Amino acid sequence: MPQKTPLYDAHVEAGGRMVEFGGWDMPLNYGSQIKEHEAVRSDVGVFDVSHMTVIDVQGDGAGAYLRRLLANDVARLTQVGQALYSAMLNRSGGVIDDLIVYRRADGYRCVVNASTREKVLPWMHEHAVGVALNERDDLAMLAVQGPRAIAVCGSLTGLALDDLRPFSAIEAGPMMIGRTGYTGEDGVEIMLPGEDVADLWRRLLEADVPPIGLAARDTLRLEAGLNLYGQDMTEETNPFESNIGWTVAMDPADRQFIGREALEQVVEAGAASKLTGLVLEAKGVMRHGYIVHTAHGDGEITSGIFSPTLGYSIALARVPAEAQGSVDVDIRGKAVPARLVEPPFVRKGRVLVS
Amino acid sequence: MSEIPTELRYASSHEWARLEEDGLVTVGISDHAQNALGDVVYVELPELEAHLAAQSEAGVVESVKAASDIYAPVSGTVVAVNEVLEDAPETVNQDPYGDGWFYRIEPDNAGDLDDLLDADGYAEVCENDEH
Repeated sequence: MPQKTPLYDAHVEAGGRMVEFGGWDMPLNYGSQIKEHEAVRSDVGVFDVSHMTVIDVQGDGAGAYLRRLLANDVARLTQVGQALYSAMLNRSGGVIDDLIVYRRADGYRCVVNASTREKVLPWMHEHAVGVALNERDDLAMLAVQGPRAIAVCGSLTGLALDDLRPFSAIEAGPMMIGRTGYTGEDGVEIMLPGEDVADLWRRLLEADVPPIGLAARDTLRLEAGLNLYGQDMTEETNPFESNIGWTVAMDPADRQFIGREALEQVVEAGAASKLTGLVLEAKGVMRHGYIVHTAHGDGEITSGIFSPTLGYSIALARVPAEAQGSVDVDIRGKAVPARLVEPPFVRKGRVLVS
Repeated sequence: MSEIPTELRYASSHEWARLEEDGLVTVGISDHAQNALGDVVYVELPELEAHLAAQSEAGVVESVKAASDIYAPVSGTVVAVNEVLEDAPETVNQDPYGDGWFYRIEPDNAGDLDDLLDADGYAEVCENDEH
């Protein structure tokens, strides 16, 4: 039986089409995925992301532990409330998961994917020395995203969110609000006790914030050039092949994080493949698994969608590192012209590809 | 509950067929199908003058969710395709039994329509789909 978030009944009431995702019953859409996508780009929308796994890391060794566990360096979080995005790697440099880490007064908070919980928790425990790991399944989480998100959430919570910098968070009682998200728009992610979430959800809907399903979450994140774990990167691919090399802190050189040795070899030899963007130059839709033919060999689409903002199909694809410019995508046996581009495709309502 | 007009015939693969007064057969996909697919963003229609065998592939509907093949409900020759869908594929969602039609064929044998499901039979298919 899939798990239900505290908002399950509220989704059904709002017309949510419920599907299983990562062991959870979640809303795919509430009618039109395209309308939901457009609401977030042009105005605001709210996502139930309570299925995400929240883990608090406490104890004197918390900083040292995360500096060993993660490819990005939590020593960069010099102040309480700052956050960073990081990959968690295996010894071969493959990505076990991607996560956001927030620095708190008494330690750190990690938010990892729902679909990876079963492998990430044992991995974190296996390497835990001098820390207490506390899974916070008592918390629910909402993402409010879009140009109007800060104003709406500021007025509903009475907090001065205008002053909150991107990738930082504030705590108010049991609630934590971070200026983060997965859509390429301004907005916040709010963690709060499960018993309080239905009330906040209701007040958001009353403030004309429409609910947004998983389907629009996927098209929004892909337009923003953000990876989906399990699809665009896996344990078989390292961060340099996954367009997140910028999140790997190789300096200082004496920080021995898990996967470092393997990545040093990749840096020295150069990555053989890269994850990049693709725009289709004809009608049709690129999908996960389709083959890309380039002048330097074949690659594969890792995520493909019809982009509601652009009105044509876009994708992320892993292709040979030297590939660039015009390529062909095999769509049901036909070679359809496409072009490699640097993601993101759309950010803050602006189109970034031509 | 989706709409299933009683005057149409249906294939279990979710196409509808309507015998017109001029003897041609208009083909589209059902309200149930468009609803299950979600927002339609691209429709690949058969070539004009192509001869389609019953239950053979007649094109593809791409929705935001997935690509789905569409099949010919009866055998015949394609005599018209709905060009509106080229620029306005969302018409399939808005009016599946009207402006959202896909193509027209001259049937090899108009009597073949009798082999298709009636509205009650198709309603049963949809119901089983949901379980």
